[in-house]
Amino acid sequence: MSQPRKISISNLHKGFGSTKVLQGIDLDVDAGKSLVIIGGSGTGKSVLLKCILGLMCPDRGSIKIDGTQIVGLSPSKQEEQAAKFGMLFQGAALFDSLSVWENVAFRLIHADHMPKQAAKELAISAMNRVNLSKDTADLRPAELSGGMQKRVALARAIVTKPQILFFDEPTTGLDPITADVINRLIREQVTELGATAISITHDMPSARHIGDEIAMIFDGKIIWRGPAKDIDHSGNAYVEQFVSGSADGPINVMGR
Amino acid sequence: MNPFASIGRASLGLLSTTGMVALFAWNCILAMIRPPWYGQQIGRQLLSIGYFSLPVVGLTAVFTGAALALNIYTGGARFNAESFVPNIVGIGITRELGPVLASLMLAGRVSAAIAAEIGAMKVTEQIDALRTLSTDPFRYLYAPRLVAALIAVPLLVLIADIIGVFGGFAVATQSLGFNGSLYVQNTMDFITTWDVGSGLIKAAVFGFIIALMGCYHGHASGRGAQGVGRATTNAVVSAAIMIFAANYLLTSLFV
Repeated sequence: MSQPRKISISNLHKGFGSTKVLQGIDLDVDAGKSLVIIGGSGTGKSVLLKCILGLMCPDRGSIKIDGTQIVGLSPSKQEEQAAKFGMLFQGAALFDSLSVWENVAFRLIHADHMPKQAAKELAISAMNRVNLSKDTADLRPAELSGGMQKRVALARAIVTKPQILFFDEPTTGLDPITADVINRLIREQVTELGATAISITHDMPSARHIGDEIAMIFDGKIIWRGPAKDIDHSGNAYVEQFVSGSADGPINVMGR
Repeated sequence: MNPFASIGRASLGLLSTTGMVALFAWNCILAMIRPPWYGQQIGRQLLSIGYFSLPVVGLTAVFTGAALALNIYTGGARFNAESFVPNIVGIGITRELGPVLASLMLAGRVSAAIAAEIGAMKVTEQIDALRTLSTDPFRYLYAPRLVAALIAVPLLVLIADIIGVFGGFAVATQSLGFNGSLYVQNTMDFITTWDVGSGLIKAAVFGFIIALMGCYHGHASGRGAQGVGRATTNAVVSAAIMIFAANYLLTSLFV
């Protein structure tokens, strides 16, 4: 009997009022693989991620994790599913009122009910894995640079060694060198943990670095998918325009 | 523009908002009564809502008591009822002005702060982050604020009652020629336990409204600085109106 896909999405639709954002997404991700979803602003990348995470309810369609349907789960079942996930938000989404180590250890303390001292040790170990020194543990997020905040958020995402990692625009707003550091850390952590990863980005160097495979979303549908190494000769006019960053091509950016 | 359509839209909007607030309140109540409870969060909120509101509430109470004493003295003089100053200050502060004015001040201070904080957390995806960390925002964010307000507001109103009566006492004895010990004796003889108790019940209800409106409008906040600003304004305005409405309902039940 074959193993179910780690993540399996079929015919996913989501709209807001008269605006149709997702219009029949079909996407499978095998265990241990890293898929990067690229696409322009407003094409539904973040909405897709939020539907998978259970933060938004799709209008119709199916999302299965390890063969289990997660659309329409009760909040308590959703919390159980969330234990499998680690998420790096675009703006890091660190809790301002907590110190760095408390942010990293949040799930350990509040969801797993681990004693604070043990949670702090694990948090500092996760921080070390993303090249953050112990000295930053007691600082507040507001005292850190953007790159350091992203690393704290990455440490928070990996501290429980989740089965599935999600990255939402991990390099947005960072300088190219810091962005490369974050890309390398993401790649290292995904490989070390053996986790399945879905990242969304419009940063092509990041997509090439993080992904085993790349899929492109356009008008609420997946229009191309292939190995990351094939992205520069995809044979798809939309992908080619996006990768080259040209204003000329089938994608009309003026209306966006 | 069809006026019936406008009335219809406004009515549907009001019903929809009422339903959403009721559902939100119900989820908050469930989160308050079901574990896990976040004791540390409740402690922080008690400090923020209760302790740090003491100066605002104290100053409001002392000036209200003082002004009330002056008004009653002046008005009472028209029919030789100046001696009722301690009685009316006592009953006015404990049954009505203490809970209502303290709660209105707290609506400005606490509802606004809660709405701004939760609204900012929403727009920076911190509430989404809580969910991905297997933590229910109703239990971690909203329930502690509601529990803290339910405890802190009656305590603040009790303090406001004492300070308000003291404000009346200070003016009466220093400016209006009342004897201090007689003033205290009159106040103690006249005020009943129910006068104070009914004010504290009102305070608990107002506390719930203050925290609920802050949490709801923060939770429903739109994007960006404008969204958070609007949420803050809506929280204060709706909390103030609901306090007045609840005050009338409770007063009509208690008299």
